[in-house]
Amino acid sequence: MNDQLKHLSTRVAKGLMTRREFVGRAAALGVTAAVANSMLATAAKAEGPVKGGTMKIGCSGGESTNTQDPALTASEVPLYNLRHWGETLVDVGADGSIEYRMAESVEGSADAKKWVFKIRKGIPFSNGKDMTPDDVLKTMQRHSNEDSQSGALGIMRGIENMSVDGDNFVVELAAGNADLPYLMSDYHLMIQPGGGMDDPGAGIGTGPYTIEFDEPGVRHGFKRRDDYWDSENRGHAEFSEQIVLNDATARTAALQSGQVHMINRVDPKVAGLLDRAPNLAVKSVAGRGHYVFIMHVDTAPFDNNDLRLALKYAINREELVDKILRGYGTVGNDMPINGGYPLFDDTIPQREFSLEKAAEHYKKSGHDGSPIILRTADGAFPGAVDAAALFQQSAQAAGIPLEIKREPNDGYWSEVWNVQPFCASYWGGRPVQDQMYSTAYLSTADWNDTRFKVPEFDEMLLAARAEIDEAKRKEIYSKMGRMLRDEGGLILPMFNDFVGAVANNVGGYEDDPNGPLMNNKAPIKCWINA
Amino acid sequence: MHPIIKLVAQRLALGLLLLFAASILIFAGTSILPGDVAQQILGQSATPEALENLRRELGLNEPAVSRYFSWLGGVMQGDLGTALTNGRDIAESLGTRLSNTLFLAFWAAVIAVPLAITLGLLAVRYKDRWPDKVISAVTLTTISIPEFMIGYVLIFFLSIQLPQLINGMEFLSDGARNWMLSNLRFSSVALMNDSMTLIEKIKSITLPIMVLTLVVLAHMMRMTRAAILNVMQSAYIETAELKGLGMLKIIRKHAFPNAIAPIVNVVMINLAYLVVGVVVVEVVFAYPGMGQYLVDHVAKRDIPVVQACGLIFAAVYIGLNLVADIVSILANPRLRHPK
Repeated sequence: MNDQLKHLSTRVAKGLMTRREFVGRAAALGVTAAVANSMLATAAKAEGPVKGGTMKIGCSGGESTNTQDPALTASEVPLYNLRHWGETLVDVGADGSIEYRMAESVEGSADAKKWVFKIRKGIPFSNGKDMTPDDVLKTMQRHSNEDSQSGALGIMRGIENMSVDGDNFVVELAAGNADLPYLMSDYHLMIQPGGGMDDPGAGIGTGPYTIEFDEPGVRHGFKRRDDYWDSENRGHAEFSEQIVLNDATARTAALQSGQVHMINRVDPKVAGLLDRAPNLAVKSVAGRGHYVFIMHVDTAPFDNNDLRLALKYAINREELVDKILRGYGTVGNDMPINGGYPLFDDTIPQREFSLEKAAEHYKKSGHDGSPIILRTADGAFPGAVDAAALFQQSAQAAGIPLEIKREPNDGYWSEVWNVQPFCASYWGGRPVQDQMYSTAYLSTADWNDTRFKVPEFDEMLLAARAEIDEAKRKEIYSKMGRMLRDEGGLILPMFNDFVGAVANNVGGYEDDPNGPLMNNKAPIKCWINA
Repeated sequence: MHPIIKLVAQRLALGLLLLFAASILIFAGTSILPGDVAQQILGQSATPEALENLRRELGLNEPAVSRYFSWLGGVMQGDLGTALTNGRDIAESLGTRLSNTLFLAFWAAVIAVPLAITLGLLAVRYKDRWPDKVISAVTLTTISIPEFMIGYVLIFFLSIQLPQLINGMEFLSDGARNWMLSNLRFSSVALMNDSMTLIEKIKSITLPIMVLTLVVLAHMMRMTRAAILNVMQSAYIETAELKGLGMLKIIRKHAFPNAIAPIVNVVMINLAYLVVGVVVVEVVFAYPGMGQYLVDHVAKRDIPVVQACGLIFAAVYIGLNLVADIVSILANPRLRHPK
């Protein structure tokens, strides 16, 4: 690589030059923005982490009802909390590979039914006790036993038996699952002493920080642990503070005026403007999350595949990415999988916007012309009401009588989503295809919000799950994707990027497609350059 | 018994009855909202088993009436219970939030009330001349702009633009610029915690105080103006004028005391608003007051917390109205000494 560029990238790492200036100079030298950004990451790493200081993050997604109990964690602020004090058996790295945390290795049997996690030794909890395989077992039990209230209960269901064998934690499954290690990276499954059975919200774990103060809906403060096992890579700042800023403008103002070092969820509408501010950079990373319009395939009129196809052709995906996401996203192909997943087949043709095809399928469906009602709400996904209006316009141009019913945000997830036959919604991605499909498209899935129940699809899913040969798996997943694309109840116009913003004096930021702000780990993996 | 004491006793008894009625309304209202606390906690990741387990643990399977009465029993003994969502002691979390809310309301009132009344008096003094028109125009403008907008505008100019402006003043010495940067700092995040000194706390809420002042100013100012103008039509004012008293003195000594009752009523309504109605300002400045606390718990259907907040808000309203009534009576000799 060009020496001049290398020199410039270290200047950026030292904070002597802004990222934007660098990308501009790089472009002048014929280097693409993507390459330029990856050079920056390397340069920042070479400079090395700086220890000390107070990392502040302004974060939306916090309420005064939050708890530190991992089982009940469902929004973003509590998730950052968990990352501070807790760790899981494994993490999913930015490249989609398994990163070992509390487990030092994992081995699966040939039929992918038995998995042995070798647990690290000598790792202390913040209460001083060493973490043992027994703690791991108890944690997993708390999330899967009969009394469990855990949000992870769904993914723990396939487990038949769990046990401790010496230094190992052993999981036995009813049916083979080659992706089991990925399931163990779920954020609910933070290893707690004694499984957290007596005091689940105590916030005691093996993570780099301990709780200093805990004011739900206001702020959460953490202090670095001196006895943290992986202090080279995580926990650089002496203190870390999370300030709950649910208002989008309050967040950007706090970052601009230097009161916080990073913010999550930058509104795409202002991201372009914000990026022009001199002391910060907007960070957007293509993820696996997507915005959807979902139809119940077992309810009239959506039980007619031609009608479903008519609606799928009648949505102008490019326009939605352009106007709703302001370009911070990519078009979807009516299947919940994109290039962010391992084993994705990129030869599946992209569905294009076509009023003729929409009209043709609509005619073929023989629909009686009664209004087709799409329910939406501001809370369904950011811009859901506007997106529905755009959808309505293009559908009406194809002669489809689409009507919008706006629902209140409050109660949307209990009264409309998964209840009404056609509504707007969103999905966060999952680390692997199997988990995404089994969460929402398996006949027996709890959140089968399109009522897609096809035995052939289920069989393929189970076969792929137990298949160790990656080429064969990829082939099965490709078939499943095509099936869902052509027959499913899912209209998936767009995958949304995670958009956050980080001050220029923060080092160590790297894109991670698994979640917003380095999969919620930016506060513990980044550092503050003096 | 003195008639005023009797009146206060009557009002207090009535107030208690109102509180009781309010608690039933709040309970019923929260109960008929769609979904319950278990569903709201688990959100999109709820499975039927997890929901059932959580409901059982939180006691949601009990009939509503028995849940209400066990709550009422607790409150009678001074026990507000614990939040269903995170198991925290309600009295404790509410205490911090309430004191924050009162702190903000107090400082906003300390500035807004005297300012509004003074402006009202000035407006009367210069009735229909330019000071009157400017005062009315400005205050009516600020009351017409939504409070979040005023908040954003102040944040933009004072938190973001001002420091850049100071940095750009190269004709000043570095020392002067640093002094200005550290002393003219308007925080867009109104943090509040126990380790802060009083001065730090007030500095932290400067912007919210400014917003609230701008929002409540017009109402009180206009009422002061109208009430005094009304009195100014009276014969005794004319007498005072004929005696040769100055205009300001007439307003202060003769008109104002007789216009107190309506002014106090409006002031109390605005004080009540400062306590119970500022959730938008709390959100914009991330201020940890009771409004946001209540809204979060309504969203999660956490009935005991909603009940507790509702009772406090209702009590504030009832209490302030009581004060307004008593002041009106005390200010009126005819009511003070009934035949």
